[in-house]
Amino acid sequence: MDKRQIVRGFAGLARVLLLILGVSFAAFFLLAVSPIDPLQSNVGQAALGSMSQEQIDKLREYWGMNTPMAVRFWNWAWDFIRGDMGVSLLYRRPVAEVLLEKTANSLWMMAAAWVLSGVIGFALGVWAGANRGKWQDKLVTGYSLLMASTPAFFLALVLLMVFSVWLKVLPVGFAVPVGTAAADVTLADRLVHGILPAAALSLTGISNIALQTREKMAEVMESDYVLFAQARGEKKWTMIRRHGLRNIALPAMTLQFASVSEIFGGSVLVEQVFSYPGLGQAAVDAGLGSDVPLLLGITVVSAVIVFGGNALADFLYGIIDPRIRKGRERGR
Amino acid sequence: MEKQILLQVEGLSISFAQYTKGLRRRNLQVIRDLGLTVRSGEITAVVGSSGSGKSLLAHGILGLLPYNASMSGEILYKGQELTGRLLENVRGREIVLVPQSVSYLDPLMKVGNQVRKGRKTAGALERCRELLARYGLPPDTESRYPFELSGGMIRRVLISTALMEEPELVIADEPTPGLDLTAAKRVMGHFREIADEGTGVLLITHDLELALEVADRIAVFYAGTTLEEMEASAFQREETLLHPYSQALYRAMPQHGFQPLAGTQPYAGDSYEGCVFAPRCPYRGEECSIQEIPYREVRGRKVRCIRPELAEMSGSPGKMDRSPDAENLALTERGRMA
Ligand SMILES: Nc1ncnc2c1ncn2[C@@H]1O[C@H](COP(=O)(O)OP(=O)(O)O)[C@@H](O)[C@H]1O
Ligand SMILES: [Mg+2]
Repeated sequence: MDKRQIVRGFAGLARVLLLILGVSFAAFFLLAVSPIDPLQSNVGQAALGSMSQEQIDKLREYWGMNTPMAVRFWNWAWDFIRGDMGVSLLYRRPVAEVLLEKTANSLWMMAAAWVLSGVIGFALGVWAGANRGKWQDKLVTGYSLLMASTPAFFLALVLLMVFSVWLKVLPVGFAVPVGTAAADVTLADRLVHGILPAAALSLTGISNIALQTREKMAEVMESDYVLFAQARGEKKWTMIRRHGLRNIALPAMTLQFASVSEIFGGSVLVEQVFSYPGLGQAAVDAGLGSDVPLLLGITVVSAVIVFGGNALADFLYGIIDPRIRKGRERGR
Repeated sequence: MEKQILLQVEGLSISFAQYTKGLRRRNLQVIRDLGLTVRSGEITAVVGSSGSGKSLLAHGILGLLPYNASMSGEILYKGQELTGRLLENVRGREIVLVPQSVSYLDPLMKVGNQVRKGRKTAGALERCRELLARYGLPPDTESRYPFELSGGMIRRVLISTALMEEPELVIADEPTPGLDLTAAKRVMGHFREIADEGTGVLLITHDLELALEVADRIAVFYAGTTLEEMEASAFQREETLLHPYSQALYRAMPQHGFQPLAGTQPYAGDSYEGCVFAPRCPYRGEECSIQEIPYREVRGRKVRCIRPELAEMSGSPGKMDRSPDAENLALTERGRMA
């Protein structure tokens, strides 16, 4: 580690912090201008009607409606910096605790979708690109374009219809069986409940990586160095293995890490369809219910995950690509 | 004694199917009726300017044309048609390519691995080291990536790849651009060595002077076809050259007055009637732009000219200020005298 690297590291960290600040402020601002009345949406019109002014004032105080937005944001940010994420207004529990639980539910589902879409998409892309213009290519491209134009929630609905309603092989929703005590929930239960949401997420996620990989692979197959490999008597699959994979792995990796944000965005909708109590659903609840501390907590967690994915891609790229790695080594 | 003929190309044509505006299909003919011969232990240099289809010729011989290209004509390797099975068996083993530039190396693979074609046997490792040493490359070249090497080093790496096998025919595509004169001469010397070991070399280049230093035979390449094939020694005197373009090349050499020929080569795919060189030819007659000009045997060599006698008789007086017209006039006068 030399000085320059340390400086670069700090600059990166500062950038991430600034971005998190910006993103959370944006979320806060959107909530502030949203027309949703926290009391109406959380307490209900009828209940409010039967309350005394004093009670209503108390509620207004609880939902922070008497404090100016700027002050509330400042209070939240100040607490957050000191490690206190506040208390969720909806769940009446510390935000950190709620986040931990929801993240645990979502994370493995998103991770499964991420890995599956990455691996399958990559394999399909290689297959299509190596057979550019042939039926394999048309099949993969056709599938990808179809999926890319299908919203994740729609696909989720279709899956739900087929597997849960018609075939009745998988549960309709939730993360655990309905009516089972928390202690009795097995890992198998959790897995079975995660299959459809994960499938819906990965099926749409595949198309992006497959299309990109196909493009890169076709490019490589038309490159001078593959022509030369052919001139030296290398067979098609040897070339794909020796030159193809080597040259498309890096761009595919970058794309895959960048796709974390898409998986995340897709999960919000998919969790909604499957009533899956994860981070995405909590985000929707917090937004509609004006649960400012929870929403901001979720915002920060998602920002960290997304930025983390991109930063990791950059980092790995620098380590793996010899052109960048050696350039840096020489720069010392 | 004549050496054994290794590669014989006759009537080779390569064209591309292209779709123009309105989805009309047209054929872009880049190589037309090309012929040449390579003998074992000899260098045949194909000399022509860039963009005229020389790389395409190299790739065509190896059967590596893009999907939208079609090829016709005859390519004989040791007397057998070089297609299908035979081609698959000899490509990369008996017939090797030394490609044109660094882009033919995998940018993400270490040089040693590429030279060895991935083989890790003791024999391959040893041979690779030997070759790198033979071409004056430091031993750590093996573990470097292409982008870390200079142009001259890349050339030598590319030559090394050819000699990993025991080739009978080496096809070298433009091995000298980007090198200074000393380095270029050294690279040419490497090909001379390879030929002297009994291998046939097809040396594709745009540099006539460098080619003349090492080649046994020259094939004059113009707008996708060969105009004349001769012993390299024929270039010692203008009178021994039969085709007017060969003579023009001779006169364009620095030591012979550096007189460039007016006009430019037709682009690849330009259509023409009769002789492709006629528009620039000082000796052209009416018949030149009417009939197809055959590539025929004249005095023991192939020439694509229907009136080589005229060109031969011109016997360059070496005037510096001859315009093509003046040349033509002088010629007719001399013709009358005869
Ligand atoms: N894939 C292709 N499609 C259409 N035309 C091509 C293609 N490849 C090469 N050509 C044509 O062939 C010509 C000759 O190219 P090339 O063999 O690289 O020339 P050289 O090696 O003599 O510089 C080019 O000018 C181009 O017009
Ligand atoms: Mg070329």
